[in-house]
Amino acid sequence: MRLKSLQLYTEDPAEEFAVSGHRACQGCAEILALRLALKVFGKDTILCMATGCMEIISTPLPTTAWTLPWIHVAFENAASVASGVEAGIKILMDKGKIAKKDIHVVAIAGDGGTSDIGLQALSGALERGHKFTYICVDNEAYMNTGIQRSSSTPYGAMTTTSPPGKKSIGQATWKKNMPEIVAAHNVPYVATACPSYPFDLFAKVKKAKMVQGPSYLHVLSVCPTGWRIPSNQAIEYGKLAVRTGMFPLYEIEDGICRVTYSPEPLRPVTEYLKGQGRYRHLTEESTSLIQERITSEWEQLKYRCTVK
Amino acid sequence: MKVLKGIEVSIAAADAAKLARVEVIAAYPITPQTHIVEHLAELVANGELDASYINVESEHSAMSACCGSSAAGARTFTSTSSQGMELMHEILFIASAMRLPIVMAAVNRALSAPLSIWGDHGDVMASRDTGWIMLFCENGQEVVDSTILAFRIAEDRRVLLPVMVNLDGFSLSHVIEPIDFPTQKEVDEFLPAYDPLYTLHPDKPVTMGAYGMPEIYTEAKYAQETALVNSKVVIKEVLAEYGKKFGRNYNIVESYNTENADVVFVALGAIGENIKTAIDTLKEQGKEAGLVSLRLFRPFPVDEVASALGNKKRVVVIERVMPAGAPNGPLFQELSAVALARGFKGELTNYIVGLGGRDVLPQDFEAVFEEISSGNPAIPHDGKNFRVIGVRA
Repeated sequence: MRLKSLQLYTEDPAEEFAVSGHRACQGCAEILALRLALKVFGKDTILCMATGCMEIISTPLPTTAWTLPWIHVAFENAASVASGVEAGIKILMDKGKIAKKDIHVVAIAGDGGTSDIGLQALSGALERGHKFTYICVDNEAYMNTGIQRSSSTPYGAMTTTSPPGKKSIGQATWKKNMPEIVAAHNVPYVATACPSYPFDLFAKVKKAKMVQGPSYLHVLSVCPTGWRIPSNQAIEYGKLAVRTGMFPLYEIEDGICRVTYSPEPLRPVTEYLKGQGRYRHLTEESTSLIQERITSEWEQLKYRCTVK
Repeated sequence: MKVLKGIEVSIAAADAAKLARVEVIAAYPITPQTHIVEHLAELVANGELDASYINVESEHSAMSACCGSSAAGARTFTSTSSQGMELMHEILFIASAMRLPIVMAAVNRALSAPLSIWGDHGDVMASRDTGWIMLFCENGQEVVDSTILAFRIAEDRRVLLPVMVNLDGFSLSHVIEPIDFPTQKEVDEFLPAYDPLYTLHPDKPVTMGAYGMPEIYTEAKYAQETALVNSKVVIKEVLAEYGKKFGRNYNIVESYNTENADVVFVALGAIGENIKTAIDTLKEQGKEAGLVSLRLFRPFPVDEVASALGNKKRVVVIERVMPAGAPNGPLFQELSAVALARGFKGELTNYIVGLGGRDVLPQDFEAVFEEISSGNPAIPHDGKNFRVIGVRA
């Protein structure tokens, strides 16, 4: 896999579609993830973006950071807009009104725009089988509205709407498993990725692009601002998320699950949790609860991926 | 010789969309709009209409997908009613602000609660300030004609705004009427293929729907408002050209028997036909009543309405929506604003009728006429500034 993706990267390493001038925070792994992903999607791509950090960062009128055609309509509908774009492009090609070309439609939304408010639109678009890739850039909260919790916020994390207190641990529920929810739609390709592992990301984007039908990438996007970490630690925390099993890298291709990077033995979750301001309040007890859960989820994933 | 085809108006609306050669339809079923999208699905399934039909999972996604396909450069159509329109509400604003020339058949229906599938104008009045051009139809022929000319208006480079063609649920959508269909050739001559200004295409990348900071938002909204207000000129042009080509002449404001009438009704939609029947009956009795029917509701035809009302003494505003705590119904308020701005001196009275599909008969309007011309206007009533016809204690 690494070799294959390395070849891929050398195809055109210089081409950039998310260009300078965006207003992302220092150390934002989300813009990095998209910058890397778009290198593989390439020139013939149309981006449909949900409201969120990335839209605010990249397109304050009259400027834009995208050299690709780009549309934003609202928060919860990136997948529906992409459905319309895909259908529109296709019928215009079929009718010969525009030249036939392999144009890939990519919908991009954050974890709130995907796992909460955009879930229905996503489910609809997946079920209808549009040929498009949906990228969830998951920074585990509603970051640009002020770090509020989403259903993708991990257990125990502090956000402004899941604050720890005398009667609260912080986020009291476990992270919603979006990749599995998507996989349950029987789409041809589902994968998790993290820009701390760029070659893994490249390979998965390439697969997602080749799929005849919907594909889904769930990309962990470390957010130094919301996670309360130094901005030069984004890559490191992405690695730690993977190495502790907090965010395993895997793919589900035509229903077959495969772990693409096995970090065994897993590092203790404390290595990941410590140093992040959002977990500062956690007690030893809650940390071990998280450890237990993460170990169990990792075992489940391994079981699913190895038993054929 | 003209051959009229007896057809259900919903089916006719779908056939009109077919004549307009729509390319993408994204729709979610809701009564009483269903027959329109069902028939379109059928036409696509049978290969009679070369279009992409997206079975979305909600009206919110229907309008979102319409935005996507229209932005991609495809001629786009949808239809909705009632709660569906409210679920679209958020995206209706965005479609118009992004200047996407989508056409939608809005089969007007009451809003919940209580749940009602029947007709009134609760849905469209709640959406009246979404920036869409809004046409209203009195009969099936107008529905067919409006659907076709809506695309001409929407896609005109001076306009580039979505158009909503309103028709009353059931009382218009589900009746069978004799309709004169233009031929495909005639429609093709009148409505050329959509030639969008900008599209989403990698060969010429553009950014659509960027966010606007305070430095730019006001100007963007002002530009949109200007386009909406200025669309009236184009709408008139298109109606005139349509009339010339197809022999059916429409005005954005229609007057019926207003010349000698002191009492003039003002109304939107199919109820106008009942009012006309009442007017004819009254005329036989030597009584003169008139009707001013608004074919165009957005942009509001201020001057045309003022000129249609002229120096009439009594104007009765008939509307099919509950004012919801406002002093009057929405149409009445708009007319009051016109009166203020244009110096109309007549007396305005407000009647609410036909909510949630309640029958309103021509006789009801005859009674209203008697009440008004007796010099005993119905206001106030229960401390309100409007009267609701037929409300039981």
